[in-house]
Amino acid sequence: MIYLTAIVLIPLAAILLHASRQGFMGFLHTVTAPRVLASYRVTLGSAGVAALLSAVFGMLLAWVLARYDFPGKRVVDALVDLPFALPTAVAGISLTALYTEQGWIGRYLEPHGIHVAFTPVGIVLAMSFVGFPFVVRSVQPVLEDLDPAMEEAAASLGANVWQRFTRVIAPVAFPALLTGTALAFARAAGEYGSVIFIAGNMPMKTEITTLLIVTKLEEYDYSGAAAIAGAMLALSFSIMLLVNLLQWWGQRREGNRT
Amino acid sequence: MTGHRPVSSSSLLHPSRAQQVGRVTLILLSLLFLLGFLILPVAVVFTQALSQGWKLYRDSICQAYVLFALRLTGLVASIAVPLNLVFGLAASWAITRFEFHGKSLLITFIDIPLSVSPVVAGMMYVEVFGLHGWLGPWLSEHNLHVIFAVPGIVLATVFVTFPFVARELIPFMQAQGSDEEVAAVVLGANGWNVFWRVTLPNIKWALLYGTILAASRSIGEFGAVSVVSGHIRGKTTTLPLQVEMLYNEYNFTAAFAAASLLTLAAVVTLGIKKALEVTTGLRRGNEKEEAKS
Repeated sequence: MIYLTAIVLIPLAAILLHASRQGFMGFLHTVTAPRVLASYRVTLGSAGVAALLSAVFGMLLAWVLARYDFPGKRVVDALVDLPFALPTAVAGISLTALYTEQGWIGRYLEPHGIHVAFTPVGIVLAMSFVGFPFVVRSVQPVLEDLDPAMEEAAASLGANVWQRFTRVIAPVAFPALLTGTALAFARAAGEYGSVIFIAGNMPMKTEITTLLIVTKLEEYDYSGAAAIAGAMLALSFSIMLLVNLLQWWGQRREGNRT
Repeated sequence: MTGHRPVSSSSLLHPSRAQQVGRVTLILLSLLFLLGFLILPVAVVFTQALSQGWKLYRDSICQAYVLFALRLTGLVASIAVPLNLVFGLAASWAITRFEFHGKSLLITFIDIPLSVSPVVAGMMYVEVFGLHGWLGPWLSEHNLHVIFAVPGIVLATVFVTFPFVARELIPFMQAQGSDEEVAAVVLGANGWNVFWRVTLPNIKWALLYGTILAASRSIGEFGAVSVVSGHIRGKTTTLPLQVEMLYNEYNFTAAFAAASLLTLAAVVTLGIKKALEVTTGLRRGNEKEEAKS
């Protein structure tokens, strides 16, 4: 408990106190400056899109991993955790290298006018990279626990694939999918290392909020940085609360069924 | 997929042709996604690192600063991981074996580092230990440096890797229950004996698993460390920071060479992790059955 207090709570309190010391108006002034607002738009917009993409691909991977057997499945299963294990700075530079004009993928996209590196698309890409494992890891255990007998029963009652998916699987997996997506969103919104290389970091356009905090710190604007960090903390905590509610909801649903 | 066509009762046991096509499509789609999204970035790290040949690769890794960064990263990980190991054990022990007020609060607090942005985490330590922070003036009077020095990097790393051990252990120890420990106590074992002879052997795989996750994260942490380190070359640059600095100097080959070391570490981590999952049945919902048997 003491360790926890020293490592987590005191620093947390410090930042909130610093943010509040400048008074409510000062705080409001800092966190609603045009450049800061633009960074929220970029961060939250990209994180939202990235979370949705993560949800789609995460669901697909979770489904394939939970239901099908194929050669190399273990390798695939292990690879899903790569974004957790790969240092974010490394992910950032390698994604950038892939999508710039000379990169393996960018080379084919640029002639068609599709710009990924140094645009919001690149930010979304990097955020999806770090976010999608959360969805896979939340949904996969639920799908694995789901008894195929339930689907067979539905099939024997004449339900087609689509009906089986929406009526049998989706209700069970939905809370887990939401939890995973919320976690992916939280991670994407707070991401720094993998995004700054590919983002281009143009103020008002491709500057994310975490980078803005670092910039303020480098300019010795500690109050400004604390204020923005306070705003981000508020976001983190609301997502945490949401996730806890979702998990509680999921457990209650499970309880109702049995 | 197959559209609105009635499906016979045996369709799940003997999949129709259309279903098999759907299944293969889904598998191929995911493999393609993984290839483009996960394998290519790893491949590009190594090809870029080796693009100027082996000799330059070796030279870039053997640069004094890169070697220093490697040592610092090792040092930081070797302090942060044991600290969190001890805490993780203590916290999971307390949470799963005792009832006390604020227990659910403690569980929530353990998750804080996972939801707080690493940059904000680093910033918190600047607020406490920095020159304008609470302890900053006192520290500088006594000539102690935390921010822009190694202790700050260790602290930031401890913060971000804080939940990993505890999060692995808590569900595992909960599933296991305390029957065996109670039995040991009844048979006259003292606390120390119970821990070393009963608890530790039971949880050793989960403990190792959590430790590996923590170690991997502490080697690769970037955001939090970058805020507290100050980027002083040869003094406070860990390996990921060194990668960033080389990259920003347009020294791409060297940056990717250093990155390739980190990538190797990540791949090895995944390998060990998967091997642990397969051999011990961790993470597959087997905890309960294992605990029962």
